[in-house]
Amino acid sequence: HTWNSSVSQVGPYIAVITNRTTNVVIRGTMLFSVGVFLALVLNLLQVQRNVTLFPPDVLSSVFSSAWWVPPCCGSASALIGLLYPCIDHCLGEPHKLKREWSSVMRCVAVFVGINHASAKVDFANNVQLSLTLAALSIGLWWTFDRSRSGFGLGVGIALLATLVTQLLVYNGVFQYTSPDFLYIRSWLPCIFFAGVITIGNIGRQLALYECKVVQEKIHQD
Amino acid sequence: PALMTVRERLRQNISAAFYRHGLLCASYPVPIVLFTSASILTCCYPLLKLPLPGTGPVVFTTGVRDYTIPYHEPQGEIGERPEWYRGPPVAYIQQVLVKAAVSPWDNTLVPVDVFRSPIGRVFSLLEEIRNHVYTDSSGVRSLESLCLQVTDLLPGLRRMQTILPEHGCLLVSPGNYWQNQRDLFDLDSDLLKTIHQHEPKGFHISTSLRDLLFGVMKEHTGVSLYSKKRVVTYTITIALSSYDPRFLGSLRARLKQLHPSLNCTLRDDHMVHVHFKEEIGIAELIPLVTTYIILFAYIYFSTRKIDMVKSKWGLALAAVVTVLSSLLMSVGLCTLFGLTPTLNGGEIFPYLVVVIGLENVLVLTKSVVSTPVDLEVKLRIAQGLSNESWSIMKNVATELGIILIGYFTLVPAIQEFCLFAVVGLVSDFFLQMFFFTTVLSIDIRRMELADLNRRLPAEAGMPQPKPGPLRPRETPPPPRQSPHTITLQAPAFRNLRLPKRLRVVYFLARTRLAQRIIMVGTVIWIGILVYTDPAGLRTYLAAQVSEQSPLGESGLPPHLGVAPVFPGGDPTSTLSVLPAPEPTIIPENHSNGHDSLGHITPVSPQISWGPEDEDGWKHLYLRQWPSLFSYYNITLAKRYISILPVIPVTLHLSPQEAIETRHPQDTRHQPPPIPRTPDQQNDLTLYKVAALGLAAGVLLVLLLFCLYRVLCPRNYGQNGVPHGRRRRGDLPCDEYGYSPPVSEISPLLLRGHSMDIECLASDGMLLASCCLAGQIRVWDAQTGDCLTIIPNNGLRRSSSSGGWEHRDGWDPMTMPEPDTLSGADTGACLEGAECDGYPLRRRLTPSRPALFVDQPDLTPLIDTNFSELPPSQKPPKNGFDFGELVDRAYQEHEPSPSLAFTPSPTAPQPRRPSVGDQPVMSPDPCSPGPTDWDSSVWAMELRGNLIAAGRSSGKLELWDAVEGSLRCCNEDGVSGITALAFHNNRIVAARLNGSLDFFTVETNKPLGLLQYRGAPGRGSMPPSPCYRSEDVINCQLTRSVQCAHQKPITVLRAAAGRVVTGSQDHTVRVYRLEDSCCLFTLQGHSGGITSIYIDQTMVLASGGQDGAICLWDVLTGSRVSHVYGHRGDVTSLVCTTSCVISSGLDDLICIWDRSTGIKLYSIQQEVGCGASLGVISESLLVTGGQGCVSFWDLNFGDLLQTVYLGQNSEGQGVRQLLVLENAAIVCDFGSELSLVYVPSVLEKLD
Repeated sequence: HTWNSSVSQVGPYIAVITNRTTNVVIRGTMLFSVGVFLALVLNLLQVQRNVTLFPPDVLSSVFSSAWWVPPCCGSASALIGLLYPCIDHCLGEPHKLKREWSSVMRCVAVFVGINHASAKVDFANNVQLSLTLAALSIGLWWTFDRSRSGFGLGVGIALLATLVTQLLVYNGVFQYTSPDFLYIRSWLPCIFFAGVITIGNIGRQLALYECKVVQEKIHQD
Repeated sequence: PALMTVRERLRQNISAAFYRHGLLCASYPVPIVLFTSASILTCCYPLLKLPLPGTGPVVFTTGVRDYTIPYHEPQGEIGERPEWYRGPPVAYIQQVLVKAAVSPWDNTLVPVDVFRSPIGRVFSLLEEIRNHVYTDSSGVRSLESLCLQVTDLLPGLRRMQTILPEHGCLLVSPGNYWQNQRDLFDLDSDLLKTIHQHEPKGFHISTSLRDLLFGVMKEHTGVSLYSKKRVVTYTITIALSSYDPRFLGSLRARLKQLHPSLNCTLRDDHMVHVHFKEEIGIAELIPLVTTYIILFAYIYFSTRKIDMVKSKWGLALAAVVTVLSSLLMSVGLCTLFGLTPTLNGGEIFPYLVVVIGLENVLVLTKSVVSTPVDLEVKLRIAQGLSNESWSIMKNVATELGIILIGYFTLVPAIQEFCLFAVVGLVSDFFLQMFFFTTVLSIDIRRMELADLNRRLPAEAGMPQPKPGPLRPRETPPPPRQSPHTITLQAPAFRNLRLPKRLRVVYFLARTRLAQRIIMVGTVIWIGILVYTDPAGLRTYLAAQVSEQSPLGESGLPPHLGVAPVFPGGDPTSTLSVLPAPEPTIIPENHSNGHDSLGHITPVSPQISWGPEDEDGWKHLYLRQWPSLFSYYNITLAKRYISILPVIPVTLHLSPQEAIETRHPQDTRHQPPPIPRTPDQQNDLTLYKVAALGLAAGVLLVLLLFCLYRVLCPRNYGQNGVPHGRRRRGDLPCDEYGYSPPVSEISPLLLRGHSMDIECLASDGMLLASCCLAGQIRVWDAQTGDCLTIIPNNGLRRSSSSGGWEHRDGWDPMTMPEPDTLSGADTGACLEGAECDGYPLRRRLTPSRPALFVDQPDLTPLIDTNFSELPPSQKPPKNGFDFGELVDRAYQEHEPSPSLAFTPSPTAPQPRRPSVGDQPVMSPDPCSPGPTDWDSSVWAMELRGNLIAAGRSSGKLELWDAVEGSLRCCNEDGVSGITALAFHNNRIVAARLNGSLDFFTVETNKPLGLLQYRGAPGRGSMPPSPCYRSEDVINCQLTRSVQCAHQKPITVLRAAAGRVVTGSQDHTVRVYRLEDSCCLFTLQGHSGGITSIYIDQTMVLASGGQDGAICLWDVLTGSRVSHVYGHRGDVTSLVCTTSCVISSGLDDLICIWDRSTGIKLYSIQQEVGCGASLGVISESLLVTGGQGCVSFWDLNFGDLLQTVYLGQNSEGQGVRQLLVLENAAIVCDFGSELSLVYVPSVLEKLD
């Protein structure tokens, strides 16, 4: 088979990269770890909002929320990060805007900043908080994504995630400190949306490597 | 359409403005960088007023008497009050400092007595304080109404529930250990155990409960079995929510009245306000660190995209500096206009950087880099700027718009952020336009220079893929990376014309000024830090040391509170059990003022009040107050507390009372027989710490040393490679001791000649060389390929016949043979050759002809067959028979050197086709004239593709340099041609008999149609006409000046339409080239002329055997200046626009100022190497040495680099040196030619 033969010529490392399933697994793992990491850090930010000073055992507060939250976030991010390139591929409109790691890093930084703002900044009321966060999230999308598919997927997943969270809260698995807007935390959908956009950005950037390798392979063939 | 036109017009205007701006920036880089730096500093100046970030508490002291609660709004006198001193404090802290001692001390007392009864007295004091009531007209006030009421402990502190007050007043004292109940205290058999129960285990930063309850530092409490002073100190801390001076005054008076402190000097008129900064815990640190990691990743990925520039790091640094200084400027400007930052700078900083971004900078770089390379730097910058101007402006406008939208969220924090971001964006734009663009222009300029530098050697320095078949190798070639190659680094070379800057850098590097400044700065900083002790570092360290020491823990069971680092003190102390039950008597609460100062026995404890007690709160842990309040979920971050002056209480207890309060088990805690004194223990701990620190330091040093040895080469930091030939002392290194570093420049060795090279000629593209064996080789001056070989067929023929059968046109009148063999320095012999003027003539063994290295053309001339000499010239026979026999025997015994070289044209070689690979042509039977193979070449010139060779027989031959065919031959003269000048289509030949012949080269085509080949020449070299091979070339003698000079002509130069000859008859003559008319006869030398220089600018210089150098005006024939510069002959002369360079037999190279004739400096050369020199550029001089060529900076006389030509350079001097147009140098090196490419001689005109 020409595929295999060329792969064997190129060497084991490239072979691993070019193997499609392996590639997907690698990307999924990376996205998963990114999701877990972000979930832990951002959770810490949210915890800070409510507690002014920590008891000496700080590290326990990192895992103060339920144990299953970070894995869930990780899985979700892996799913989303893999989904975005797929949808781009299916719709046939590849993402063209600023496909660079620096842009991705900027996006992640802005996402963390949105979280930071939602956690640290004192807003007058919750409507203001929600509006600001919504504007920031839309701005994030406009700056780093600008694709219709990205927006649609983001909104959809944000709504879905909010619904799931709401169900969980309703069943008592999880609880907010204080629901403020129609029994949900008003910042939740915005954060979800921004997170989806960010993870999608990372996923697309990771998928770019696969494309490059495949293209090189085609050239070699 | 109207909108479009407006937009287009705007766009054009912006583009034009950017273009002009780019020109400006690239034209004046240094002033603009200075200007931007100054503006950055100016804008950052207000930052000096901001407090430095830190987490240490800030202290502000006010008087007690006129104290009022500060207003929320800032008052007029801002200068006195800190910013945070607004509004009421979180709490007022009133401390009652109790010092108690059992006195006089009695030997019947056990160690527990030191603290049991003094602590026991706390309950009565508490009672007193709690029940204190102050009544006046406004009503009755008690502590209950004034104190800070606390409700709940934090959920995580359940274990402290029993100790800390959970409801009611926040009042802590050591009594809290026993729930403020005297009964529990009396029943407690082991007080220390109770106290230690709540100590944190292991290494903890946070305050321990003990410090909180006792209110003083642990080592000052005196609650220990080994206390030496036997004074117990503790405080009762009361947190008050409101300040009532009258109540507090009455409380103070009451306590003082009950327990007077006679020698107390504590001041009670100052109130201390302590402001706590926002705390950064680990939990807050994690997101912060995350954002910074993301920030650095962003910067990394951004700056990685910078490409195609000279220094990536430099530009990346410039980009980061741009962003950072724009942020600083924004903060500075905001501060200047009265806005004080309230946000946490460290938190919002990454977001600001990300918002401002590096994108514009990158776009700018990319755009500039992608402009055409061949443009001027200014234009490149301007074009790049104007190309991206529209998108940059759009970007800036969009970002400003987004931020302005953010400003209208009306959230104060976001508004502040947006304000900073707006100012930051504007200043960033300013910096991009001025700072970064200028830096970019500097970088691009550097890159262009470096690029061009690289290009030249890259073309030519490429090693030959496969050696040509025509370069036979008797010995394996030396490796290309010759260890003898010593050159200057390219950057230093570039700084050739800026040596002052270089010297400053070297000075900095040599003295390590920067490192030392940093080191001193660090030391000062650490000193300041330790001195001011902002974070309570000293206290903390001291506390840690004392905490870890087994000082207060020896009475404990090992499982309690023993730090793992220093395993607990004396196990025997726990074993010494002495059951001596004593009745427990509740003592009556009586005042014991009579005891104070009463009995002073040597062992009696002294209670003293010093100034250290006044600032008791300073000795406490930094986090004491925050942690105390944090237990009740009250944060002190960004708030302040007011500490009221302490109330001193002195308690003197009688031994009787101490004994009465004993617990039955107390006496079991007898001290060990020889208890170690605390001082010893303390010392021991200190020793341990010191030893550990020392060991760690030694280990670190060793580790670093190993790392250094691993990473750095052994000779790191030494100057260059030690080389034998030029000792370091000989190097005229500059006064800073800098000698040139090592880099790689390998000379290209052109091999093929079997004997020493005699004549060299070049027209820039081609290089012709002629060796003693008469073989002429033509090389490509760029690549070093051998193109053509014109063998001396006569030699070959005669050698194949088994003997030397030369017939030469040697004139015995001027060149008697014995003279040559005896080695007398006969100028007449050598002056004929073009390569003459070589002063050192060494004698070598005459048995090997190949070793006549310094004799230009003698070997083919030596006619050893004396029997066949014409009878008229035959010397006495017996004088030469012997030599003839010897030489014949020798020649039969060994093959002649020319036989050793057999060109193998038939050998099939896979080399790329080159003209030099063509089979050596045999003499063309239909050549224009019969060729005299037996005479040797004395002079050679190369123009276009024609080689003019003057032979000793007086023949002038014209060879085709490319094809190797003889094109023309002229035999009009009989005297040997000693010098040739080939100028346009004219050839001037100087003959041995002093006549001067003018020839004209004619083709069958008019000269105007001659094709010009190659770049326009520089200096004296006119464009070379190219003679096509099909043209029939005729060489016509147009005029012969029979008696041009009275004596043999030694030098012949032609330039600028003039022919200048120098002769042994002390005169210089100037002829016009066109009509061979003698214009001037220049007289002024008192010796034979040995060297002449003339160039296109009509500069004429001549040097003679008298060591004089004359400068002449060619137009008038007058002497401009006349200097004596050398002892002995002037061997070589070169002029630049500003100076004259001469070398003489005295091995000195002198540099003269051309206009004034003043000697600037001289360079001492090695013996015998003074003659060959050349000027590459206005400031670069190259001289030949023994096996090497050296480059000098003409402006300063610094040796720049020395290039060694080969490995075995002993005894091989560079005698001829030719500077080609492409900044290459050709020099002969024995039988080899050496092509050295100069790294950079580019003088870019800015």
